[in-house]
Amino acid sequence: MTPLLQLSGVSKRYGGVHANSGIDLTVDAGSIHAILGENGAGKSTLMKLIYGVEVPDEGQILWKGQPAHLSSPSDARRLGIGMVFQHFSLFETLTVVQNMALIVPGSKADLSARIRELGEAFGLSVDPRAMVHSLSVGERQRVEILRCLLLNPSLLILDEPTSVLPPQSVALLFDTLRALKDKGIAILFISHKLEEIRDLCDTATILRQGKVTAQLDPREGSARDLATLMIGRPMPPAVHPTPHGLGDQRLELTGLDYANDDPFGVSLKDISLYVRGGEILGIAGISGNGQQELAALISGEITLPASRRDVVRLMGQPVGDLGAAKRRTRRFAFVPEDRLGRGAVPDMSLADNALLTSHSRGLVQKGFIRRQAERAFTADVIARFDVRTPGPQAEAGALSGGNLQKFIMGREMMLEPEVLLVAQPTWGVDIGAASDIRQRLVAMRNEGAAILVISEEIDELFEICDRLQVLHKGRLSPSLDVATTTVDEVGTWMIGAAT
Amino acid sequence: MKLVFERREAASRSATLATPLIALGLTILTSLILFAALGKPAGQALYSLLLEPFDGWYNISELLLKMGPLMLIAQGLAIGFRANVFNIGAEGQLIIGAICASALPVYFPEGTSPLMLPAMIVMGAVGGAVWAGLAAGLRTRFNANEILVTLMLTLIATQVLNYLLLGPWKDPHGFNFPQSVMFPDVALLPILLPGTRVNISVLAALIVSGLAYVLMRHRFSGYQLLVGGLAPRAARYAGFSEDRAVLMSLLFGGLAAGFAGACEVAGPLGQLQRSVSTGYGYSAIIVAYLGGLNPLGIVISAFLMAALFIGGDNAMVSADLPVAAVFVFQGLLLVFYLGSLTFIRHRVTFSWQGPA
Repeated sequence: MTPLLQLSGVSKRYGGVHANSGIDLTVDAGSIHAILGENGAGKSTLMKLIYGVEVPDEGQILWKGQPAHLSSPSDARRLGIGMVFQHFSLFETLTVVQNMALIVPGSKADLSARIRELGEAFGLSVDPRAMVHSLSVGERQRVEILRCLLLNPSLLILDEPTSVLPPQSVALLFDTLRALKDKGIAILFISHKLEEIRDLCDTATILRQGKVTAQLDPREGSARDLATLMIGRPMPPAVHPTPHGLGDQRLELTGLDYANDDPFGVSLKDISLYVRGGEILGIAGISGNGQQELAALISGEITLPASRRDVVRLMGQPVGDLGAAKRRTRRFAFVPEDRLGRGAVPDMSLADNALLTSHSRGLVQKGFIRRQAERAFTADVIARFDVRTPGPQAEAGALSGGNLQKFIMGREMMLEPEVLLVAQPTWGVDIGAASDIRQRLVAMRNEGAAILVISEEIDELFEICDRLQVLHKGRLSPSLDVATTTVDEVGTWMIGAAT
Repeated sequence: MKLVFERREAASRSATLATPLIALGLTILTSLILFAALGKPAGQALYSLLLEPFDGWYNISELLLKMGPLMLIAQGLAIGFRANVFNIGAEGQLIIGAICASALPVYFPEGTSPLMLPAMIVMGAVGGAVWAGLAAGLRTRFNANEILVTLMLTLIATQVLNYLLLGPWKDPHGFNFPQSVMFPDVALLPILLPGTRVNISVLAALIVSGLAYVLMRHRFSGYQLLVGGLAPRAARYAGFSEDRAVLMSLLFGGLAAGFAGACEVAGPLGQLQRSVSTGYGYSAIIVAYLGGLNPLGIVISAFLMAALFIGGDNAMVSADLPVAAVFVFQGLLLVFYLGSLTFIRHRVTFSWQGPA
């Protein structure tokens, strides 16, 4: 049988970087094929080549045995290739069917009927007349998949589809994908979550540094084996928290309400939490449920009126009306989820980026920047946190995501905070660096710091946290003890089903 | 065919230095064609525009005279531009500075105190800063766009100047010309180069340039302004106050422009006139950008812009160019400069979209 899609010797270079080199890949109809690799391994580039966003420098792409010229996504769609991106491309102010009508020909009544029909057949039920902004993330993903299905694809590419879903929705998505597979549709499933791939896929192609390192049946090896193939060395051991003497309440929110002016933002209601010295509290939940607002209210990027300053307390003192700089002088440090443009200035050197929050560490004297101290401090962060870079003068924007995250994490940790807030500590960070970051967080906790971690990776939270609270639609669940709770229980809170 | 602009990882240093020369070359070429098409002596026009300003002591001294205010204002504006605060009303701040400085000699035309000049300079600078401060207040308090406010305040400043010169401050013995009395000697800046009109304000402009360099390169407050301009969210994250950045930016700009206004009335003019500024406040915006918003670059670009001013005046006289042609020439230079800058910062690739 002719394979549906066949790539042979495909290469793509960006400047001097070989994003893909000599990739061979065969995808059969009616299979679920995993593309597995760390960040930067070349997964996205490969998908862009298949979806026609980029043109390969070398090699050949065969579609149903014929050479394919894919120079734009519309070429790919015409052949029958559909793609669901990690970040959805829907207009929030339009209804579901209006969004569809933008790229799918046909009358709206017709489309609505087909949306219902396909939705029933594949467990993707969604109201065609609903406005997109009122849909949950899981429903939006269904809309994206439906939009691809309306074009009768033979191949569906899904880029990290589970990263935005709560556990219960992941199970539903997998049922849908299996049903599609039974209809003969091939699926390319990009992920770095090993258990999922073992659960769902028939074949896995593993990429490392732009090359294919293995092609295998993921159900045959263990998750550890897959990880070893993915990162090229055995997985670093997971860190497990050991019980530890607890200190005072360092950070405390009591009944925090925040009404968001932004119509698409999230308002927070009655948020209460505390973090004691020597513990890590995790805030679980799917992004977009108020995480950004919560982080900004704790960091001081959003301040409260003086009459409500008691609502946020640092080291027992009310700080609700203080700005970010003043809160930092009270031994608070913060690693934000977006590194470029917020945690770091892309166009400035690492040394100047160190100055951003570390100016109080003797880097400024009588208003003058002490360049030598600045360079020494930066070199120290680079050395101690294993940041791969030519040196303190390198521009922050030139660092890879993982390296920049290590730099920012290092800079904030070097401030020796009593309270550390970390948002999405390992977003876009490769497995090796992620495990390193987690180990450092646990080490800091063991030294007595109070740490608050906001993350949408449940496994990560279970690995490092002592307690968990779940954020859903601007409300926070009660505190759950990691030792006694389960992923399912957390998942129930994540979709707001718990009472 | 598709044109794709890709940002370069790093702009090459030599290319950056070549940018002004490339822009100059293209400007000369285009204006040669343009002047020829106008039926004017193109060679003579270019000579007047480009070379005559450097021909002879008198021309050079006039060049220095024009360079002072341009440099001064551009240094103040560049600080704000780098913080993404766009003060385009330096013209108005200059006028108000000139008015405030003139108050003393207008009311004490027989004054003899040696303190009059320093007091005038301070009043001028403060006046400009207050005028810009109005825009800062409206921006921080009501989020009123500073571009519009500074521009509109310029229109008001012009009317204030007209009112004073046509009314209370008009020289009673001035044959009804809209100008003030001639200032007493104690209200005039000392001449730097004997036999010319060049006064010590050009030295002051150089000192201000040095201070601007120190501020932006070595002071923590300058660094905070840069962060606010490059990455506003990072500034918020670090807790650098945006209001403070807006206020500082506008105050520095207003201070410098007001200072320049005071130096004009206490320098070459010797009285308050309606033509106290010949567009220095607007040209300084171009000077600031031509200098790459860099304090050292601005010294050079102020020099070039002053040469263009003198050259433009000369060309109107000796090559009979219309004033519009002079503006076109100056505009061409800026457009070509910004154009070549784009090519230095971006790589351009052509891709032929083949049939699918």
